[in-house]
Amino acid sequence: MQAVQKYNAIMTGNEAVAFGAKLARVGFISAYPITPQTTIVEKLAEMVANREISAHYVEVESEHSAMAAVFASELVGVRSYTATSSHGLLYMHEMLHWTAGQRLPVVMSVVNRALGPPWNIWTEQTDSMNQKETGWLQVYCESNQEALDSILMGYKIAESPDVLLPLMSMEDAFILSHTSEPVILPDQDQVDSFLPPLNLSFRVDLKNPMGYGSYSTPDGPYMELRKDMMDSLRNSRKVISKVTKEFGETFGRNYSGLIEKFMMEDAEYAIIASGTLASTGKYVVSKLRQEGKKVGLIRVRFFRPFPDLEIAEAVTDLKGVGVIDRSTSYGSAGPTALEVRSALYGKSEIPVAAFIAGLGGRDVKVEDFEKMFQYVEQGKTGNFYINVKEAC
Amino acid sequence: MIQGKGHPKDAFLRSERLPHIWCPGCGIGIVLNAYLNALALSGIPREEVVLISGIGCTARLPGYANADSYHTTHGRSIAFATGMKIANPKLHISLISGDGDLFNIGGNHIMHAARRNIDLNVICVNNFNYGMTGGQHGSTTPAGSVTASSPYGNLEQSFNLPYMMKAMGASYVSRWTALHVRQLTRSIAKSFTVRGFSFIEVLSVCPPNFGKDNGFADAYAQMQYFREHCEIDNNADLHNAGVTFSGDRPIILGDFYHKTRPTFHDIEREIIERVRVDR
Ligand code: SF4
Repeated sequence: MQAVQKYNAIMTGNEAVAFGAKLARVGFISAYPITPQTTIVEKLAEMVANREISAHYVEVESEHSAMAAVFASELVGVRSYTATSSHGLLYMHEMLHWTAGQRLPVVMSVVNRALGPPWNIWTEQTDSMNQKETGWLQVYCESNQEALDSILMGYKIAESPDVLLPLMSMEDAFILSHTSEPVILPDQDQVDSFLPPLNLSFRVDLKNPMGYGSYSTPDGPYMELRKDMMDSLRNSRKVISKVTKEFGETFGRNYSGLIEKFMMEDAEYAIIASGTLASTGKYVVSKLRQEGKKVGLIRVRFFRPFPDLEIAEAVTDLKGVGVIDRSTSYGSAGPTALEVRSALYGKSEIPVAAFIAGLGGRDVKVEDFEKMFQYVEQGKTGNFYINVKEAC
Repeated sequence: MIQGKGHPKDAFLRSERLPHIWCPGCGIGIVLNAYLNALALSGIPREEVVLISGIGCTARLPGYANADSYHTTHGRSIAFATGMKIANPKLHISLISGDGDLFNIGGNHIMHAARRNIDLNVICVNNFNYGMTGGQHGSTTPAGSVTASSPYGNLEQSFNLPYMMKAMGASYVSRWTALHVRQLTRSIAKSFTVRGFSFIEVLSVCPPNFGKDNGFADAYAQMQYFREHCEIDNNADLHNAGVTFSGDRPIILGDFYHKTRPTFHDIEREIIERVRVDR
């Protein structure tokens, strides 16, 4: 284990992920500007222009083209990176399925932002939750440091021969993307020993020509290929655990795999949250603990693969749990709540309260968390919108 | 406070939404003014006018006009307007959006709307970069220009929009700058009378982004460049009408092209008539 490192930089979340891409020695970057992602690729454009990083950079004419471009660059065996947000991510959707289906370990940063109409540039997770069926791994970050580190771990996880699937790493709009925090910038040498160069076994190779894309009948390999994606995604949890452990050993920063447990040892009630909502949640948990309440928090880091086993194990013996979603599945409930209920089915009878909070960037305050904990302690099980005005 | 009688264009403005969001010195407000004057000149009742835009600084313009307006998604304004015009041909549809929206992320649609000769009035405010996201280069950024995403100069060739739109089949093509307000107003008024797809490019100034990075200390400096380097030539060979700020070539402006050909509606109506008679 390394000695604890000292902060050596102050940067926004967007700068931190740009440094993550630089340290990962990406060889190709393609993107299209969209608020609040733009400063990531602007920073990378500057690094490329200053030759601080040896990569090709192309600003294409749309996000759809950006994903098509990184798809192709990855297919020739070059570690590739892009970043987007909100409507840009939705516009990429078709190519997201292709990148995963082709088993290309691209890493992308997503700055979570609300969707129109009406136009809103503040944080919400519906944009990336809309992509949970694409076959990409998803990690939701809580700090600028984690956003940087997730790019490094992200490539290592995605490129593992046991995974070979793309990964998107999320940061909350403005709360992380544009807010400066102290960050530890790792050494390039250390990163190089942690993350070896990409060696894609099926890359385009003039000596070994192959046809890609191709075609499959209902009898052909289509269904088998899709099942293999599912198997790889489910099994990727082992790779995630291994890589996060190795990351901790190399860099001295320990992320806990798929979920993070906060004050859960003797907890009776817990709230499950992701992104920066978890930070406010942790503050409230500490406060309630001082008042003698046995509460805890589980932070969902990876949403894909979904940590169903981990969550089931962590909450089975509790008296109640609440799940906060900063997104909606209209006509049903929040996506995390749906997954948690499904994870607990047949394993635990504890009441699950589903909360939708903070849409369109609305603040989720300490008192909102206190109210949610009250609901959980009362054993409520329904779906609740938090802090909604009566009429608008 | 001085109490005035209000602004002559109050009836056309959603004045409760003012002040606008544009930067000091931005050219987009001038285009709004020219558009509203042209609308007043045209005599078209406000109730028949719809303004449509996509995303970006210019795309905020329709929100200040006191008419039906829709601020659509990134690049999709033309497709949106196409659906609206075909479904209700009586509407006068003006589409006012930026170069990034119309020619980059929405570049595909504008070609097809011109080809189909849909009766739309398109005004493209070209500020030579993506202003709203902080000044990155796009398809209209002159080669060599410095932007937030091309710190050592843009290595790509830029579009020559009037040439392109004429080739794509537009019925009316003109280009002015934010300095040429009278000519611009007349062209917009004329575009209301054109049957078919009309395209007006307005070269604009973006002081904090494109301007600052390319040698124009403020809006005035870039306007001064327009004053000194623009040449009006209505019969210009559009092939040579690309825009540069290098000072070695004039920027060509004018009412370049107007030729009527059947619109999508004309042909649609003709087919319907023909099929009816045949049966
Ligand atoms: S960024 Fe440029 S185009 Fe946008 S409002 Fe400011 S000056 Fe105008």
